[in-house]
Amino acid sequence: MPKVKIDGFEVEVPEGTTILQAARQIGGDVVPPAMCYYSTLQGSGGKCRTCLVKVTKASERDPRPLPKLVASCQQVVMDGMEVANISSEEVLNARRGVVEFLLINHPLDCPICDQAGECHLQDLAFEHGLASTRYEFERRTFEQIDIGPYIKLHMTRCILCYRCVHVANQLTDERVHGVMYRGDHAEISTYIEKAIENDFSGNVIDVCPVGALTDRTFRFKSRVWFLNPMNAHRDCDKCAGKAVVWMYGSEIYRVTARKDAYGEVHDFICNTCRFDKKERTDWVIEGPAHIDRHSVISQNHYEDEEKVVR
Amino acid sequence: MGRKILLEHAHIPDIYTYEVYRRYGGYRAVEKALKTMTPDEVVEEVKKSGLRGRGGAGFPTGMKWSFLAKPEGVPRYLLCNADESEPGTFKDRYLMQHLPHLLIEGMIVSSYALGAHTSYIYIRGEYTWLLFHLERAIAEAYAAGWLGKNILGTGYHLDLYVSPGAGAYICGEETALIESLEGKRGNPRIKPPFPAVKGLWQCPTVVNNVETLAAVVPIVNDGGDEYAKIGVGRSTGTKLISACGNIQRPGVYEVELGLPVEEFLYSDEWCGGIKGGKRLKACVPGGSSVPILPYPLVTKTASGEPRLLSYESLADGGFATGSMLGSGGFIVYDEDQCIVRNTWNFTRFYRHESCGQCSPCREGTGWMEKVLWRLENGQGKMSDIDLLVDIAQKIEGNTICPLGDAAAWPVASAIRHFRDEFEWHVRQPKLCLERNYGLLEDKTPVADWSTA
Repeated sequence: MPKVKIDGFEVEVPEGTTILQAARQIGGDVVPPAMCYYSTLQGSGGKCRTCLVKVTKASERDPRPLPKLVASCQQVVMDGMEVANISSEEVLNARRGVVEFLLINHPLDCPICDQAGECHLQDLAFEHGLASTRYEFERRTFEQIDIGPYIKLHMTRCILCYRCVHVANQLTDERVHGVMYRGDHAEISTYIEKAIENDFSGNVIDVCPVGALTDRTFRFKSRVWFLNPMNAHRDCDKCAGKAVVWMYGSEIYRVTARKDAYGEVHDFICNTCRFDKKERTDWVIEGPAHIDRHSVISQNHYEDEEKVVR
Repeated sequence: MGRKILLEHAHIPDIYTYEVYRRYGGYRAVEKALKTMTPDEVVEEVKKSGLRGRGGAGFPTGMKWSFLAKPEGVPRYLLCNADESEPGTFKDRYLMQHLPHLLIEGMIVSSYALGAHTSYIYIRGEYTWLLFHLERAIAEAYAAGWLGKNILGTGYHLDLYVSPGAGAYICGEETALIESLEGKRGNPRIKPPFPAVKGLWQCPTVVNNVETLAAVVPIVNDGGDEYAKIGVGRSTGTKLISACGNIQRPGVYEVELGLPVEEFLYSDEWCGGIKGGKRLKACVPGGSSVPILPYPLVTKTASGEPRLLSYESLADGGFATGSMLGSGGFIVYDEDQCIVRNTWNFTRFYRHESCGQCSPCREGTGWMEKVLWRLENGQGKMSDIDLLVDIAQKIEGNTICPLGDAAAWPVASAIRHFRDEFEWHVRQPKLCLERNYGLLEDKTPVADWSTA
């Protein structure tokens, strides 16, 4: 098995593992941020360029460094590879550049955005962004579009990560969801505003790293950090029925799929579980869903025993 | 008079028809290759010739061909990149217009060398008339037995198709071209895997420029060694240069690599000097993507050597004082041209053509375009100039495909060489709307060709 060294930490990983996945095995600060890569979606990644790293030694056989920064979500590790992520000023500089690029056309409307508090772009900007902007032009804006009764597309916030495109492609038989136009006028769109009609279409909301795709049944109901996320399950004939229910007191405000530490869903849930089952009696609540300590959501200490509603 | 290899017969009336082309020795290369050579021998000749890709990157063609994976039972493909859309480059159009059979001949020989039985010409969507022009020529070649089953009784079969793009510069990038040919959105793929391993329909694929494939014909006819004698150093053979801008005689010229830029620019045989007796200000020697050169660096390198039209000499001095041969789009600017406006125009093009897949290129090109527009229209600030340099730096090298680099280099080089002009636009916001900076504050005399 190839051994790879990332920022000085050595890890042994199976053949064909990407640098990003190897870094995730190490964990902590050496994990490059990823806005477009999604481990459970085929073909995702390589686009946002936030996960760029420097390969200082290509492999044991060929110790030369790679000439350019590489997307760690795509580059497969070789035995003896040495990678610099946070230990390379070049990488951090490039990452700051990418964050700036992602933010110049982002509306920064976090105060009214439902994604705030669980937004990957927010975390990324907090860590790598500047306090002020050098962009002095009008930002790109779009009309909001309803994709069916449950999903709202707010293209202005989109960073074109293509995750939702992959979800739609891999879920639906007909190709109705994709990217139109090019360059900075590209937009996510459904074919002539046709709704994605699939029992799993709601998952585009979960994979969206920003607030471009939001749950219409939850929009403006509450800030996420006022809610208590609880692992719950129910018998479902379409999906695994394992979800997180977001509760306020004993009321269920919204249902999402379970995400791992990197915000990635492994068991996608169906629309029935997500949008229609919001009664307390629909779900068997297991206990608090663990959310990383740095997140604003864990600030309300919902994991404390006395707050748990059973 | 320079030696012509590709365009030798271009002036002959009706050379685009099969009969005339055949009468002037056309399809000799196919006969020679298919009947007397093995595919590996053809590849070996191309390697010996030192032919380098004519599309812009200048990668040795023979080496590219030898990288092609050859797994058993998997078809291989040869694609011709005729998606010529770079501002300032129009050599392939000329070649396909006048000598469509030369390209077809080159493709038959190259396909034979690579063991491909299906080949495609991916042509730019805007070249609509050329699509029909090529299809007619292909039909003629089929009728004469140069394409199809059992060519010349050798048992080799080849089908050749023309496929038009839908009008996107990005589809000139080889993986985007493949995606587009497969019927998808023309987004560049993430490499590796390279097309030589997984290209069209996940099969090994070689993508070559029109001119490169046409150059295979004289290489097979005369031998690789003979071809390698033309040119200078590692730049062998001839190159089509599409000269445009403020020159007396714009057009497509075939030059032997190694021709001095000064001769090319001022000699009556070629460009014939600057139009209206004006002075040279700048030159973009290889199409809009390559760094711009200010006039002292056009004809001489930084070390005082004469600059030649070759891959090495034009790149002499790296990005600080050099440029690139690129695709051979030779754009000349006289003293009255505004470099800021030109840079803005190029950037506007890249903004429009960016595929929007990766963030630095998608957002960065739009940002640069807006800042340059502001500068050009007298609303700029001094800090904008450094901002542009910084944006260009953050795009360069951080994107999936080379379009990001191509968008960053013209901006970075224009500011490096013409910073005074950018600053003048900031200092004189009213004046810059009325007239151009020209060579106003620059008194350096311009080299006089007549005494050289």
